[in-house]
Amino acid sequence: MNAIRATCVHLDAFRKSVPVFGPMRPEEKNLAQTSHGVGGLSYDAKKRAWPAEFNVFLALIILVGAFELIGRVFLGDSFLFNTRDNVDAIFNEARLQIIILQVSIVGIIAIGVTQVIITGGIDLSSGSIVGATAMIAMSFAQVATVNGNPNPKAMFLAQGWTDLPVIVPLIVAIGCGLLAGLTNGLLIAYTRIPPFIATLGMMVTARGIAKWWSKGQPISFPTDSFAAIGKGLMPVIIFISLAILFQLILSYTKYGKHCYAIGSNEDAARMSGINVKNHKILVYAIAGILASLAAVVLCSKNLTAQAGMGVMYELDAIAMAVIGGVSLSGGRGSIIGTVIGSLIFGVIISGFTFLRLDAYYQEMVKGVIIVGAVVLDQWRQRQRAIGA
Amino acid sequence: MSDIVLKTENLTKRYGGVHALEGADFELRKGEHVAIMGDNGAGKSTFVRQITGVEQRTDGKVWFDGKEVNFAGPIEAREAGIETVFQNLALADDLDVPSNLFLGREKVLFNLGPFSILDRKYMRKATEAALVRTAVKIPNLNNTIRHMSGGQRQCVAIARTATFASKLIIMDEPTAALGVQETAQVENIIRTLKANGEPLILISHNMRQVFDLVDRIVVFRRGKIVANLRKQDTDGNDIVAYITGSKTGEAALAA
Repeated sequence: MNAIRATCVHLDAFRKSVPVFGPMRPEEKNLAQTSHGVGGLSYDAKKRAWPAEFNVFLALIILVGAFELIGRVFLGDSFLFNTRDNVDAIFNEARLQIIILQVSIVGIIAIGVTQVIITGGIDLSSGSIVGATAMIAMSFAQVATVNGNPNPKAMFLAQGWTDLPVIVPLIVAIGCGLLAGLTNGLLIAYTRIPPFIATLGMMVTARGIAKWWSKGQPISFPTDSFAAIGKGLMPVIIFISLAILFQLILSYTKYGKHCYAIGSNEDAARMSGINVKNHKILVYAIAGILASLAAVVLCSKNLTAQAGMGVMYELDAIAMAVIGGVSLSGGRGSIIGTVIGSLIFGVIISGFTFLRLDAYYQEMVKGVIIVGAVVLDQWRQRQRAIGA
Repeated sequence: MSDIVLKTENLTKRYGGVHALEGADFELRKGEHVAIMGDNGAGKSTFVRQITGVEQRTDGKVWFDGKEVNFAGPIEAREAGIETVFQNLALADDLDVPSNLFLGREKVLFNLGPFSILDRKYMRKATEAALVRTAVKIPNLNNTIRHMSGGQRQCVAIARTATFASKLIIMDEPTAALGVQETAQVENIIRTLKANGEPLILISHNMRQVFDLVDRIVVFRRGKIVANLRKQDTDGNDIVAYITGSKTGEAALAA
């Protein structure tokens, strides 16, 4: 209320500096300086939109609380807090690290998938892009000799070259992701086939490429510098840095604004002069690159690449986004939400391990949570629409 | 001649064998508000689509602002100074008011191509000024369009049009879906535009509204302009007779 009042007072000075609007007429001055909001109606601070991420965060806390409670009651152990006397810490840091570490790689994919879904699309190909990119990039990251013998998998080092610098597999990986993403984007923008079909095609094709490249064999023995990318907590650092970067891009740049605009009303975006085709190509290209970065981190962490890597990752990434409040109909959601969604995933996996429950239950519960999140979100949207 | 903003000559549009618009001659002067009336399918919207470049005309010429123009698309028309409030609103539901006002023409702080940083403060303040100027009442700028009533949405669409229109505003049935109060608000905005001397083409079915707001009424019937009358020279019955076809001719009235 006060903020609005203050801006109204400054309005006159502002308008003199903006020639488009011209000087303020006297009756406008009265309008602007009344104790009401813009144009005259009263300004109701309570009507400010409640951030959707807050609800997701609340769900995360409730989930952690539930595991904590069950742990205390049935196991006499704490889920979240440190219970060992010989360790000087408030929280169970190992568990916290595991929670985020095990979702970091799919989380990187989910950052790209979130942007795709916000524009009203879907990307089913990211898991397969991970497989193909991991295979191809790993081939460029091979050590020249293993135990003194030449490494037969180092196909690009057959002439007795030394190890390639880490930048080479990295560039190759990003190139693969970019190529796959661009193909997705071009198909969707120019042939006008639904994103579901275009990325389904890429999903099958990229998996085929991964298998063809692997010739049925995994590739191991990466160089030390390549292995350093996924070592220890590096996946977490990469995940969180990329999440912050893309959240800032979504919030503060033209690209982000246009993502939401295209997702909420594509025709309106087109009529407003936004180049929708180019924007879609860019979004899918970014999603492809993020999937390839996830592949690099994954095969670097596992010190091996297999054609079957990343199976179902695309669906996990979509699920993280959906749990995080990203609307599948487009226009709504954020990276922050997706990150919290990924943490919910991590907490479920760690929690079930902590309770020594079968892994099968995890998937059942995950499924219920995915559907529940969407039902809750839609219900909340309806409530809000009625309230407004 | 110099005070003519828009002029069309023999404007014709055929969809295959369907003659949607035939030989439309139309003029609009500076500061003039003109209503286009006619039955459904009479060619009103087709006429507007040819002017704004949404569709490409089959034949005829269009002059805008003293120059002959051939808009390749609505964006070119907008850059030339023609702003249109479309029937389907053209707002992004999940964005707030400033974002919608500046959609596709965002003010940026640093130009980094698609990743240009937005000048949010400027856009917010400019939006406040634009809403005050058009007397549009929106309770909260931070609200997304989804959470607004039909009238508020229409007001945002009109404010957007009026903020950027340098030369001509076209409104395609702006009050078709609105309640009584909301209609009154939109009509007030149109009066504000009139007072500001901004030319306007208003497509409407509402006889009372048309007689309240505009200077001149053009009636379309079966793709042709059948009447072009100053408001004071006609009345509701007369216009209805032209719309239904019980009265014809007199198309070339010196306006």
